[in-house]
Amino acid sequence: MDAPLLEVLGCRQAYHKEASTDLVVLEDVNLVLREGEIVALLGRSGSGKSTLLRIVSGLLRPSAGQVSWRGTPVAGPPEGIAMVFQSFALFPWLTVQENVELGLEARGVSRVVREKRADEALDLIGLGGFASAYPKELSGGMRQRVGLARALVVHPDLLLMDEPFSALDVLTAETLRTDLIDLWTEGKLPVKSVLMVTHNIEEAVLMCDRILVFSSNPGRVASELTVPFPHPRNRLDPDFRQMVDDIYALMTRRAPVERKAATAPPHPLAMPLQRVGINLMAGLMETLAAPPYDGRADLPALAATLHYEVDDLLPLGETLQLFRFAVLEEGDIYLTEKGRAFVQADVDGRRALFTEALRAHVPLANMIRQVLDERWNHRASAVRFRDELEDHMSPDYAEDTLRTVIGWGRYAELFSYDEEAEQFSLDDLD
Amino acid sequence: MNTTDQPPFAAIRRLPNLWDVIAILCVFATLISVAHVARGTLVRIDTPGATEISLDPWRLPEYAVRTTLRMFAALAASLVFTFTYGTAAAKSQRASVILVPLLDILQSVPILGFLTFTVVFFMNLFPGQVLGLELASIFAIFTSQAWNMAFSMYQSLRTVPADLLEASISFRLTPWQKFWRLEVPFAVPGLVWNTMMSMSGGWFFVVASEAISVGDNTWKLPGIGSYIAQAQAEQDLGAIAWAIVTMLVVILAYDQLLFRPLVAWSAKFRFETTAGATATDPWMLRLIRRTRLLSFLGDAVGQAASTVGGLRLSFGGNPWRQPERQSLAISVVWGVLVCGLVAWACWRAFTFAAAELAWSDVGQAVLLGSITMSRVIVLMILASLIWVPIGVWLGLRPAWARRAQPLAQFLAAFPANLFFPVFVIVIVHYQLNRDIWLTPLMILGTQWYILFNVVAGAAAFPGDLREVASNFRVNGFLWWRKVIVPGIFSYYITGAITASGGCWNAAIVAEVVTWGNTKLVAHGLGAYIAEATERGDMARVVLGVAVMSAFVLAFNRLLWHPLYGYARRRLTLG
Repeated sequence: MDAPLLEVLGCRQAYHKEASTDLVVLEDVNLVLREGEIVALLGRSGSGKSTLLRIVSGLLRPSAGQVSWRGTPVAGPPEGIAMVFQSFALFPWLTVQENVELGLEARGVSRVVREKRADEALDLIGLGGFASAYPKELSGGMRQRVGLARALVVHPDLLLMDEPFSALDVLTAETLRTDLIDLWTEGKLPVKSVLMVTHNIEEAVLMCDRILVFSSNPGRVASELTVPFPHPRNRLDPDFRQMVDDIYALMTRRAPVERKAATAPPHPLAMPLQRVGINLMAGLMETLAAPPYDGRADLPALAATLHYEVDDLLPLGETLQLFRFAVLEEGDIYLTEKGRAFVQADVDGRRALFTEALRAHVPLANMIRQVLDERWNHRASAVRFRDELEDHMSPDYAEDTLRTVIGWGRYAELFSYDEEAEQFSLDDLD
Repeated sequence: MNTTDQPPFAAIRRLPNLWDVIAILCVFATLISVAHVARGTLVRIDTPGATEISLDPWRLPEYAVRTTLRMFAALAASLVFTFTYGTAAAKSQRASVILVPLLDILQSVPILGFLTFTVVFFMNLFPGQVLGLELASIFAIFTSQAWNMAFSMYQSLRTVPADLLEASISFRLTPWQKFWRLEVPFAVPGLVWNTMMSMSGGWFFVVASEAISVGDNTWKLPGIGSYIAQAQAEQDLGAIAWAIVTMLVVILAYDQLLFRPLVAWSAKFRFETTAGATATDPWMLRLIRRTRLLSFLGDAVGQAASTVGGLRLSFGGNPWRQPERQSLAISVVWGVLVCGLVAWACWRAFTFAAAELAWSDVGQAVLLGSITMSRVIVLMILASLIWVPIGVWLGLRPAWARRAQPLAQFLAAFPANLFFPVFVIVIVHYQLNRDIWLTPLMILGTQWYILFNVVAGAAAFPGDLREVASNFRVNGFLWWRKVIVPGIFSYYITGAITASGGCWNAAIVAEVVTWGNTKLVAHGLGAYIAEATERGDMARVVLGVAVMSAFVLAFNRLLWHPLYGYARRRLTLG
């Protein structure tokens, strides 16, 4: 009975980059999944949790390490694992019924049996009347129900869910979560175990028995938590709140350590920037400065008020911390002197403060300006900086970092940028 | 819920109704005409009447049927080509190295120039039989239809949404199932649209390919194209008018009977996640749904197709196979093979050209090419100046746009040959300069692409931006420069690329014009190719076509591609 369903041992995923070291997405990940549990992979975007899910599902071959499903090594999508997608991934030209039958058809199940089982799955998930509808006629919540029914109809032993509720609005997502948990606790779900990826802390605590918290760069399991509460769980229960708070603290505490580790190599370009706009930063600082926060806020409470998830709030907080406008500490965020000065300044004053912080703490921005100052025509191609960034991070991160620094530099009037020519310059600056 | 359950009286409901009687009659009429035509293609060429054309209007229905069947035979061949060539180009990394550039070149080469040689080839396949001529004609039409369809397939297969691909793999669909459940449906809307375009383009080739002369022999396959050629030889204006009416009826018939229902049906495969405004079903689709027998047959065919597509055929595909894992040795061998092939082709071309041609011939062809190019440029400018304002006017008035769109598509199908008599008579009567006044013939058929793309662009122009423009009183020239022209630019470029390509192709037909015994020739590369074809001078045909292809490719690479890229990057909304 206690033989594990799924075992991941020493799993590593890296992408080759010629002329430099591999870009590591996942490093030394171990995971054991047994029957009867719901497990969450919780982490920020870019922590490799979705990659791990794809490795488990057999869509992706790991660079190193072993994945075994019921004792046999995984090579390609194994029978007995079904997946629910973040984007629903429904075929727009197939009806709800045909979409649900897809996995059965692939197994060569006869038409009569297929229709019977699809009916059962649709009824179970509350879609009985929608069999002949096309996906585009349905709302987002109904579409994800189809995605669920499509996965459940093959009676998988393991159900994988890749951020299944993150494309839905708050209320719809909540209904779907509770429906799913109700079916699970009543034993009506034809699955033995569930593995879900999420970046929503409350969602993980609400639904799961075990939570693996991922850290980024490279992605690895930072800590493993067991959720002791019985279903149905109450979000307002003090113990529940405490656990959410603890996880927030865990994830924010991890961040500065990481940053130090990342800036430890002397190269100024080995620092990925997160795509956070000026207005967002200013908005958050203003919110923090005003009552009821008066300069200090509890992250989970702030996230709840703003309807933000970890993925929205943490990059914002970390960027403010990078500029020394705010500090993240044990699940709290508070404004520094500079942050308060920024809030009180007028438009020009804010820009001056921002420029100063940018030049002091973002080496890439400084470097671009230096190159421009040295050139006789004060021009430099963005391609060159992108190439250099790609020596230190994945192409996606490099692109994001470049975009971010372009936005910040333009606001600070540190340099101009010509999108068409992909070129930095000092034109149009006073 | 169970869709297989049928009420007990279902069998009664399946009994034919009045619509079925009509439908059955239509089906039988079609079958009889097909059989009749098939008999006609199997006779020998010297059978009396097999390759002669009568200008009697009563023969036109028969000619129309034969021409239409030829076009559909070519269309079937194009579809086969699309599913094999397009799929291979998209699926195999190695094959795509050759297939994709080749397709790009085939799209730009004026195939019309090669007609003579393909005729000789097919006639040698079936010596002394009409079938050889038929195949040559079908092949010519095929060359006007296949490339853009294959390209559309290739592009669709390359852009299948990643999440659906992942879903198919994780639900363990076999490659065969994935092809029919995911990739083909995703390609359908683009394919249907390109098939319609191809049918329009095909008419031009029908007229050029049904009446074929090689050296001293001239054969005329029974068909509308030959009828037009015969009417031109006999200077019969009445017959030309009859031919135009017949074409109108044929185009209208296949548009209403086939393409309208197809387009409505293909809307189901459009990849969109929100329900858009759905147009009402065309009458033909409603008719098919109303007939019991036909809709029953349709359901049966659909079920069978679905079963075949759902077969768990597998060709040893491994989901983990990645491009970089392909063996290096095979890649090297393949690369050497490709290089060798290209080198061999270059050497063959060079030795062939060296034996027959001098450098002065190349110089002459390039000079004539420049003359034709200046024609194309002037025509494109004129057509843009005329049709962009009209297209914008129409596009901003949806009621008018709806009426103009099918008309423009219909006019695009009209072959320029039909306007020859008008031009010849006018030019001869007023003794006009033929180098100038034959020029408009080149763009008669293709200017409509500019019009209906601009109409589509203007119709899609966002209402709020129009409101902004009128709110700030942006009027006159400023409005054109800053508001509408940038707004429709990417649509305009799409139309202009098609129009300019068609222009080059039409030069072969439009620079030499005959009406009875009157023959007007303009200076240009098109005339050069046409006259070399008439003389049977293969070396100069090849040279002319090669130079023209080079011009078209240079035109595309140096002008249209950069403009298109710019429009895509900077001037697309949203």
